[in-house]
Amino acid sequence: MRARDGRLAGGAHRRPQSRLRADLAMENPEHPLVFALAGREAVMIGKEGRRNGADPWRGDFVAIPLPLSEKREARQGLLLVSPARCEPEAKWAAELLGQKIARLRATAAILESEHRLQRERELLLNIINASPDPILLTEPEGRMIISNARADALFSTKEGESEGRHRAVALNNMLFSAALSQQAIESGATRRELLLVSPSEGSDLLFELLSSVVQHPREGTCVVSILRNVTDLRAATEQIEENYRRLKVAEADVRAERDRLDLIIDSVADPILVTDPSGKILLMNSPAERLFTAPESDETAEAERAVRSNDAHFSSFVSNLFLTGKGLRWRGEISLIDPSTLQALPVEAVAGKVLSEHGEVTAVVTILHDRTEALEKARLYEQVKAASEQLEEKVREATGELVRRNELLQRQHFELEQASQLKSQFLANMSHEFRTPLNAILGYTSMLLQGVSGDMSPPQKNKMLRVDSNARHLLSIINDILDISRIEAGKMPLHLEEVEMAALVGELLAEVEPLIQKARLQVLTDLQPGLQPAWSDRQKVKQIVLNLLTNAIKFTPLGHVKVIVRGDEERREVRIAVEDTGIGIAPQDHDRVFEDFRQADNSVTREYGGAGLGLAICRRLAKMLDGRIELVSNVGAGSTFTLMIPRRGKR
Amino acid sequence: MTAAGASRRKSIVLVVDDFADNREMYSEYLAFSGYEVIEAKNGIEAVEAAHERLPDIIIMDLSLPVMDGWEATRQLKADERTRRIPIVALTGHALAGHSKGAKEAGCDSFLAKPCLPDQLVAEIRRMLEGGKSAPGKAKGAR
Repeated sequence: MRARDGRLAGGAHRRPQSRLRADLAMENPEHPLVFALAGREAVMIGKEGRRNGADPWRGDFVAIPLPLSEKREARQGLLLVSPARCEPEAKWAAELLGQKIARLRATAAILESEHRLQRERELLLNIINASPDPILLTEPEGRMIISNARADALFSTKEGESEGRHRAVALNNMLFSAALSQQAIESGATRRELLLVSPSEGSDLLFELLSSVVQHPREGTCVVSILRNVTDLRAATEQIEENYRRLKVAEADVRAERDRLDLIIDSVADPILVTDPSGKILLMNSPAERLFTAPESDETAEAERAVRSNDAHFSSFVSNLFLTGKGLRWRGEISLIDPSTLQALPVEAVAGKVLSEHGEVTAVVTILHDRTEALEKARLYEQVKAASEQLEEKVREATGELVRRNELLQRQHFELEQASQLKSQFLANMSHEFRTPLNAILGYTSMLLQGVSGDMSPPQKNKMLRVDSNARHLLSIINDILDISRIEAGKMPLHLEEVEMAALVGELLAEVEPLIQKARLQVLTDLQPGLQPAWSDRQKVKQIVLNLLTNAIKFTPLGHVKVIVRGDEERREVRIAVEDTGIGIAPQDHDRVFEDFRQADNSVTREYGGAGLGLAICRRLAKMLDGRIELVSNVGAGSTFTLMIPRRGKR
Repeated sequence: MTAAGASRRKSIVLVVDDFADNREMYSEYLAFSGYEVIEAKNGIEAVEAAHERLPDIIIMDLSLPVMDGWEATRQLKADERTRRIPIVALTGHALAGHSKGAKEAGCDSFLAKPCLPDQLVAEIRRMLEGGKSAPGKAKGAR
């Protein structure tokens, strides 16, 4: 504005502080100076300060416009000249002077503003250097234009600095450029994190990059970036987050612990109460609640009375804990009432003091245990004990009886054994007593038949033969009885040896040859060739087979008798079968023939002779040899008796 | 005296048995068979008779009164004068213990009753003719 710059050029002064100043109200166009400033022509101004008519040069002084600028409108000044010395050249001079002054003023103004700019720039640099954060002005690609000291520490190097620092700075520049280009893509002023390397320490530094794009009239598009070291902040943040997380976990733990504790306390069937030292209930589990809070039912009055009574009993119990002095625990019995059933509830109570670090009682924990069951159990136990004692008594009696019976049995057993012994002895003696007279009978008969006392008539001899035959029969019966009694008394020892079956059968046939001759039967043998000898009692095997063979001959009126010997590899047995074509035995009599004094038909005994003890003895002997006798027969179809003995004999 | 004595002296058989019928039955048959027979009713008589007559063979029943046959056998076998006389034990007891006991007492042979007189004679012949060694098994009319 012209007015501000409007100055009175009293001389070509360069010092602004000495210039004349006059306040002009520029709004007033009537003022002669304002008028002069506005025009291009010199104006005559009177002493009284009024414009003077048409001739400017007739006034007290003349105001000649002084162009202070090439442009007409701008920077107009006035050269005031006294009319006395006023010459027409003054106007020309004023023209020149005006231009000079204008140039000088312009230079001065530029210098001044440069000076000011420098100061401002220094100030600005100081300001940005004072910032603890690196600040940079860069081209969009990251090339530095202005940077503060902090930024220089990160992004620039000087000659002679360490290789490490050079590398770190190069890396930082690269990272920064990359961040900026990223920024360019994202556009706008954004915050982002930037990880750089400390060139001096080599450690990682985390920065928050705040950059904004500015349009500079001369430099074009620039980016102002402020880096904020958040390394510590980040660590602190992480620490805080970690602490917070831990706090959360701890809190959850505490809550879970508390829940668990509640659960545990509630799951305990016994009532548990926590009270403060004055007896006020702080905490109780559900079983305790049933006792110390009135149930919501119709009989509330009764129940409430029960609860009050319970409270009173409980309080007096807890007070005992303090009355009895220093002990931490107090045990006792309380008679409570179950509010829901109104039944008496005897409980055993154990109270314990909970002490603080300083030893003050902070709470009292009391556990109540229902003794109803225990008392009931004790009662039942007594009953069981009594019953058990009764039972014991009975068992004792029974045992006594058993012992008595056992003794009796033992005595009886002993007596039986003795009787058996006596029987065997008796039979042995009897056999001896029989033999002695039988010896005389047989002896004398034999002598008579031999004609020791002279010849006998045929009828006499015939009768004497019958005496002899019956005496012999009697002897065979006595021998059989003796055999049985010997077997049963265990007085028939086994003599094990190798038994060659072919030889044995040969001997047997030789022994029964007279019988065969008499019966006119065909006697055949069928021996398995190459049969291994058996390990058995030869005498007893022979006795059995002899018996079977004589029986077969005795009961076979017509046909043949066959001895078959086979080895049974699978059962490791030797089978000696005596097969005949005789009268046979009905199946229902198969077992009976092996019984003592039995023949299939009692009439047979008379017809065929024999005491009927032969097979009974055979069966006993076979058993002694660990063998057995099997019978296959039917009436009229002949019989096959088979003796089976183990090849290895007794194990 | 029979014809048998003409050629050589009759063998003397001492028959020891407490049961008269058996003793006499054997005696008669032995005499019939050509032996000179002397008899004894118990162990003591048997030992005395043996010392007195020194028989060629003794038939000894084992179950005897006063002194049994085992004891009599032991005494005879212990005496130098009589120890060579063969003794044939004869018993109605068929139990296994008897023959064993008889052997242990010193009997040279064993016969089980009932024993037919001709069986006895056969055994006496066998003993006098041949071997001193006794046959293993008891013989008798079974």
